[in-house]
Amino acid sequence: MDIFLQALFLILDPYVLGVMFLAALFGLFVGAIPGLTATMATALLIPFTFFMDPVPAIAAIVTTVAMAIFAGDIPGALLRIPGTPASAAYCDEAFAMTQRGEAEKALGTGLVCAVIGGVMGAIVLSVAAPSLAEFAIQFSSFEYFWLACLGLSCAVVISTSSTVKGFVSLLIGLFIATIGIDVTAGYPRFNFGNVELMAGVSFIPAMIGMFAVSEVLRYVASTHTPLPMPQQKIGNVFRGLGPILSRYKVNIARGGAIGAIVGVLPGAGADIAAWIAYAVSKKTSKQPEKFGTGHVEGLADAGTANNAGLAGAWVPAIVFGIPGDSITAIVIGVLYMKGMNPGPTVFMNNPQLIYAVFIAFFVANLALLFLGFVAIRMSRQMLRIPRKILMPIILMFCIVGAFAINNTVFGVTIMLVLGVLAYIMEENGFPIAPAILGIVLGGMLEHNFVSSMIKADGDFLGFFSRPIAATLGVFVIIVWLIPLISLMRRRLRAAVSTA
Amino acid sequence: MRLNDAVPGVFLILFALAEMAYTTTFPATFGQQIGPDLFPRLIGVGLLGCGVLLVISGLGTREQVPLVTLGDWATDSRAFFNFLLVPVALLFYILASDWLGFIISSLIILLTLLYRFGVSLLTSLAVAVGTTIVIQFVFASVLLVPLPWGLFQPVVW
Repeated sequence: MDIFLQALFLILDPYVLGVMFLAALFGLFVGAIPGLTATMATALLIPFTFFMDPVPAIAAIVTTVAMAIFAGDIPGALLRIPGTPASAAYCDEAFAMTQRGEAEKALGTGLVCAVIGGVMGAIVLSVAAPSLAEFAIQFSSFEYFWLACLGLSCAVVISTSSTVKGFVSLLIGLFIATIGIDVTAGYPRFNFGNVELMAGVSFIPAMIGMFAVSEVLRYVASTHTPLPMPQQKIGNVFRGLGPILSRYKVNIARGGAIGAIVGVLPGAGADIAAWIAYAVSKKTSKQPEKFGTGHVEGLADAGTANNAGLAGAWVPAIVFGIPGDSITAIVIGVLYMKGMNPGPTVFMNNPQLIYAVFIAFFVANLALLFLGFVAIRMSRQMLRIPRKILMPIILMFCIVGAFAINNTVFGVTIMLVLGVLAYIMEENGFPIAPAILGIVLGGMLEHNFVSSMIKADGDFLGFFSRPIAATLGVFVIIVWLIPLISLMRRRLRAAVSTA
Repeated sequence: MRLNDAVPGVFLILFALAEMAYTTTFPATFGQQIGPDLFPRLIGVGLLGCGVLLVISGLGTREQVPLVTLGDWATDSRAFFNFLLVPVALLFYILASDWLGFIISSLIILLTLLYRFGVSLLTSLAVAVGTTIVIQFVFASVLLVPLPWGLFQPVVW
């Protein structure tokens, strides 16, 4: 209880609340502008969090992301352009409602479901993380090796249609992680004599490049027609929501559960949670024929799921240091910078900081109810700001952000190289998330692999010598077999249909 | 710019071979089989395998997917120039910021990009000046990031 009060005081500090308020405005704005994603918002935010104490830094990220994921619904409903990928699953549905003159209903449902989902995710996080941490305290390098493998494998299997391309992306990430002084012998690898690369590829410029610069490049490369203006006037979005919420309470609960679970899985974040929740909603609905015509049911499921997924992704990030999605991959970098090294021990060394993070989730999601309402009212003004003005400004902030971490222009070079790389990869169907996870987890994977090999005296069976390690190992191998099994099933079905 | 899978495939194969060749220059750790070269080599093997698979799948779709499909921006010379402008702007900052200083570099980059993206000259100027002042104030004065003064160095000091 004492720790809880300490954590509460950490959050209720006027400075922290002020930071959270500014972060909320930033998140709502970025989320509502198509082409600017929640991950980009996080990447742009880190240079600022770099200069803050741990609690305001983390609270700022939590708030920004929660706001951005909801705000992505606004242009989705009004213009049929999702503001962030997490709103893409039900964007057509929401727009169909708008065309019927039900924009208020679509946005109101989205907002309230986002708040409920966010709170559900926060509950799952605050219950699951501490109990998992107690369990994780017994883990040795064997278990951590398998956990890192599991995280990376899930990222490849879940996040993409082409497993080969996902794997390439992962390997690129792992390769980037090997640059610099290695963990076994202290030998500088792949730095070609460059002193600034000795410490490795600086993480934050890399993230800004991969998520923000690549997005600017994508904007410039697209034939940019200005956004159409939303026509509807939007009044009170909360009107008439009561019956909808009580009618679809099962959907909302289910969406929250799906979101939290998908969020916990490494490599799958809010966007995948929304797609899965929407598909489940359609499959189990009593009126599946109404889906796609402006039916509010799928919105309730998926709108809850994406916000619930955000908090879920923090569970493996805090307990094991394994990110649940791209956003928490960035967060892990920030945690290390702030000396809150993720892992079960953080619950013993700095419990008040962790509980402050949990409280930040509740505060941010409850504040979303009011701030989201304001954002909807102001959506016409926000969408009027031309992106041709925004993009150069964003690029300038990227440059300064990448510079500010080590105060050298080498950060800008890293940002440029990885930004172009990420742009080319995405254009050709190579997902970015596995590469990010590779960069974050590469060092941990290699370190645990090498120390395990030394402990086991080079015997690979040693990786299965402890019960939890063996279970995790078998689990990883099953995940590896999933693409093979689905390939074989496809071949078999093709053979049957030709025969 | 979309590429047939065979193109990144070939590139990955070449990269993996070069990377694995380079790891042979790493020193061995005395009395141990596991050295700094093990992990990069495993990554190289993985990339090599994926490269081969991509080449195979790319050659299979060669009829439908040409080796290189240029995007809309490449056919329109204005858009093509704008696309190149983003990496060029970053390169310009990397090379020139130390000498010119942050304020001048930022003004040049913002003004050029805004104007080229189709913003009117007056608005471009206003936005460029405003953004530069805000960044200079927030990063240099509040967050104490030593943004380079460059040509202004003698004036400020």
